[in-house]
Amino acid sequence: MSERLKKILVILTATIIAVMSLMPFVWMVFASFMKSGEANVYPPKLFPDEFVLTHYITLFTRLNLTGYLINSIVISVGVTFISLIINSMSGYAFAKMAFSGKKQIFNSLLSAMVIPGQVTMLPVFLMLKYMGFINTYWAILIPGMASIFGIFLIKQYALSIPDSLIEAARMDGGTEIQIYWKVILPLCKPILVTLGIFTFMGTWNDFLWPLIVMTDSSMYTLPVALANLMGEHTQDTELMMAGSVITIIPVIIVFLALQKYYIKGIMLGSVKG
Amino acid sequence: MKSKTKFSALLLFLGPSLGVITLFFFIPVIAAFSLSFSDFDIYSLGSWEYLRFVGLKNYIDLINDPLFWTALKNTFYFVLLGGPLSVGVSLGTAMLLNSKYIRWKGMFRLIYFLPVVTTLVAVSIVWRYIYHPRFGLLNYVLSFVGIGPFDWLGDPNLAMPAIIIMAVWKNFGYNMIIFIAGLQNIPEELYEAASIEGASGWQRFRNITIPMLAPTTLFISVITMIGYFQLFAEPYIMTQGGPLNSTLSIVYYMYQEGFRWWNIGYSTALAFMLFIIILIGTLIQFKVQKIDE
Repeated sequence: MSERLKKILVILTATIIAVMSLMPFVWMVFASFMKSGEANVYPPKLFPDEFVLTHYITLFTRLNLTGYLINSIVISVGVTFISLIINSMSGYAFAKMAFSGKKQIFNSLLSAMVIPGQVTMLPVFLMLKYMGFINTYWAILIPGMASIFGIFLIKQYALSIPDSLIEAARMDGGTEIQIYWKVILPLCKPILVTLGIFTFMGTWNDFLWPLIVMTDSSMYTLPVALANLMGEHTQDTELMMAGSVITIIPVIIVFLALQKYYIKGIMLGSVKG
Repeated sequence: MKSKTKFSALLLFLGPSLGVITLFFFIPVIAAFSLSFSDFDIYSLGSWEYLRFVGLKNYIDLINDPLFWTALKNTFYFVLLGGPLSVGVSLGTAMLLNSKYIRWKGMFRLIYFLPVVTTLVAVSIVWRYIYHPRFGLLNYVLSFVGIGPFDWLGDPNLAMPAIIIMAVWKNFGYNMIIFIAGLQNIPEELYEAASIEGASGWQRFRNITIPMLAPTTLFISVITMIGYFQLFAEPYIMTQGGPLNSTLSIVYYMYQEGFRWWNIGYSTALAFMLFIIILIGTLIQFKVQKIDE
């Protein structure tokens, strides 16, 4: 094969895969602006005859999407910030504090990662039910406050901070909490951003747990609301596409704004083996 | 040797995380294990006095439950076909983007990666319409090459393949990123030396790329397998486990038993079966990798 032919083949393949990756999103966006019924015709249309906002208006007025959007934002932002603080304190302690049993505790945490989350769902649900947290934000916030993966990421990163820096701060009379807040956290900023995006997106996109603990429709997150809407509005393709657009847009924005940190996180997560 | 940190500081820094993980992970694991030997159901939910120890009954019932075997078979179908397919597409696209002929690598990588970050529920809904037998985009595109039309989600033989296609589309970008990094770590000299000795492209791939990527591939295979065993949202949204239970997965069955019918003892037994299967799968992959070396 000549160089030129090879080059054309490679670029052509890459372009076809790019089109296949994007096509569902392109169709989703255009279909969301179509008039009712326009997405259910043969042959299928890609572009709407005219752009209408009907479905977005319906979602935000009649179908209470604002409430779901607020639920999703409060929960995702809340879990992200609380877990960042708790995980970073813990990761820092595992990296830089000396105490007996440290290795054993850390290793038992790591080996617990092989247990799939589904195993704990029923007991945690029952606990939260007896505590009265079902159908409140706490049902997602509390179990999400700490994660083993988060502690692991921070610990690996904090190991690279020189002990001398911490010693110097201690000589200056800094308390442990001051050292953490003024020395450790600023130095850990890149990993905190990385972990923050992972947590935010993971919480935003999560489906099974919110589906279980949010049974009252006013407490639905966007994915749960969308799944529920699907049951009643299966025929309203354009409306469902508008709902999908609104659910997806926030994660796309966060990803595009911080993609470098996200990609770095994938690499950090994959070197542990 | 550093002096030991004061207990009060440890309590402050480790207390919250270890407390939450113990209370909402370790204790629930033990509780789930205990519940799987009980007949905890909707009556026990109201009052604990109806709770009884039943020994291995839930596990024996599972083995005699045809739906459990159906769910198991479907999940294995998804994992054993979808897993290798995903890893293969990830490796293929990683090599494609690693090619010297490609310009705008960053843009291609971004586009390929977009499905990974998007909400699974939303894309499952989009794909449900793409798979529509009459108005769907996929059948329309296939009609140009004279294939179809297929009732993707309505045909018991096609529903799972349809879910696999969507899962590959959604997930390949993640592992692709890891493969790209792995490929970039292979020294260029190896390929040059092989070329001088007259090795073909396939031989270089087989004898350099594959062995050099082995640790990466193992890691990717394990995380992909673990993730795929937990199949839930796709069938929930696209097929409700149907048609004829052809897409009922273990997690979906666990969800139905536990949270729809409140057969909590039975459902936790199901969850433990899932755990054991994932554990065995992980160990097998490590073993296979060892033998290869």
